[in-house]
Amino acid sequence: MRNLFAFIWRNYEYFLFLILEVGCFFLLFQNNNFHKAAYITSANRVAGQVYQGMSQVGQYFRLKNANEALANENAMLHNMLKDSYMDLKVRDSLIKDTLLRQQYHYTSARVINNSVNRRNNYLTIDRGRLQGIKPETAVICSNGIVGIVKDVSDNFSSILCLLHKDARISVKIKHTNFFGSLVWEGGDYRYATLNDIPVNVELAKGDTIQTNAYSTLFPEGVMAGVIESFELKPGKNFYVIRVKLSTDFKNLSYVYVIDNLMKEEQQKLEMRSQND
Amino acid sequence: MINEILRNFFRFIFLMLIQILVLNNFQVSGYLNPFLYILFVLMLPFETPSALLMLLGLVTGLTIDMFMDTMGLHAAATVFLAFMRPKVLKLISPREGYEFGTQPTLHHLGPKWYFSYAGILVILHHFALFYLEIFRFDEFWRTFLRVILSSGFTFSLIIITQFLFYRSRNKA
Repeated sequence: MRNLFAFIWRNYEYFLFLILEVGCFFLLFQNNNFHKAAYITSANRVAGQVYQGMSQVGQYFRLKNANEALANENAMLHNMLKDSYMDLKVRDSLIKDTLLRQQYHYTSARVINNSVNRRNNYLTIDRGRLQGIKPETAVICSNGIVGIVKDVSDNFSSILCLLHKDARISVKIKHTNFFGSLVWEGGDYRYATLNDIPVNVELAKGDTIQTNAYSTLFPEGVMAGVIESFELKPGKNFYVIRVKLSTDFKNLSYVYVIDNLMKEEQQKLEMRSQND
Repeated sequence: MINEILRNFFRFIFLMLIQILVLNNFQVSGYLNPFLYILFVLMLPFETPSALLMLLGLVTGLTIDMFMDTMGLHAAATVFLAFMRPKVLKLISPREGYEFGTQPTLHHLGPKWYFSYAGILVILHHFALFYLEIFRFDEFWRTFLRVILSSGFTFSLIIITQFLFYRSRNKA
């Protein structure tokens, strides 16, 4: 026993090194599981404050773009208003509002920290638990999909961006309804890759890629991007499609967090069917 | 002694702010990610015990992790850097050994010594960092390119910092 202690004491730096590295790896791999440890992330108070101060400065330089985006979006929403359509139908019955139930709830948020140059990118937004943000909800902007909420603190949330090795978002090609998963393979932040589209589908450059109805997070039909190019490796049954993302990740300032109010009901039902 | 601790403490704060507020926003391409913060570990005095060195490396890494949402990634790489530092120092030590009370700076030990010291450690740190970040081998060459380009960038920043801040003291 004394020899053992003497041995450890003589080589204490190796043992300390091992212990520290095991600790770091534990943190690293625990963090890869969805929203387990929110203590040392930029959603904590110190980091949140620093980033918020910083973004208040940077915000001024992006005001012009933000205004433009908001104006465009307003115009789009005006187009969707009932007032901008002429009512041709003869009203012969009352429309009951109770027939419609709200499925998606939107919360707007400001991006206070963002990156595109790492292999695994995250965003931080200035809304959190107190504003009703929950983990595992979808995040979009006016141009397209952004990512998924990972951790929330009282007033901040950190978001796993589409530009992350663990992000897989289920999408479809708009005119065919064939679906696959959109992943980012690193490198240029403007392009992602869509796999799993079989060879019998007819594709064209410029086809729209959007989210499909199978995802419990995203509403159907949110724009993801357009096909930039596609290729078929010899002997493979699936295309490798290069998608130009519609979201400009380098220039994000306002995003929407979407809470699917019927997610739990759907998941519970699917779980039950799978268990049978 | 107290003076030395204070000086390192302020250097820590300064490097963290530079890294978080300036360098992390340097988004030219995915291949150039400078990590100047490791200069803190590189500049600790020669006589720092290796246990303290590793603990300081852990604190440095965790602080960066907190701001970059990379739990444990920078901590692991920086602890590795702190572990390797005494070994590299031993490997490239001048014939008469290191003078007590000096710091590992460019002006105390000359450019040739400093280039190999900083070069080896920056590459070791970036290797650990980028391969841990991706943690698979199917993007091996792309990651390799990131290691080389980012190491070159960090290395240049370290040399520039040395010339900017440690010139006058050498003349005095």
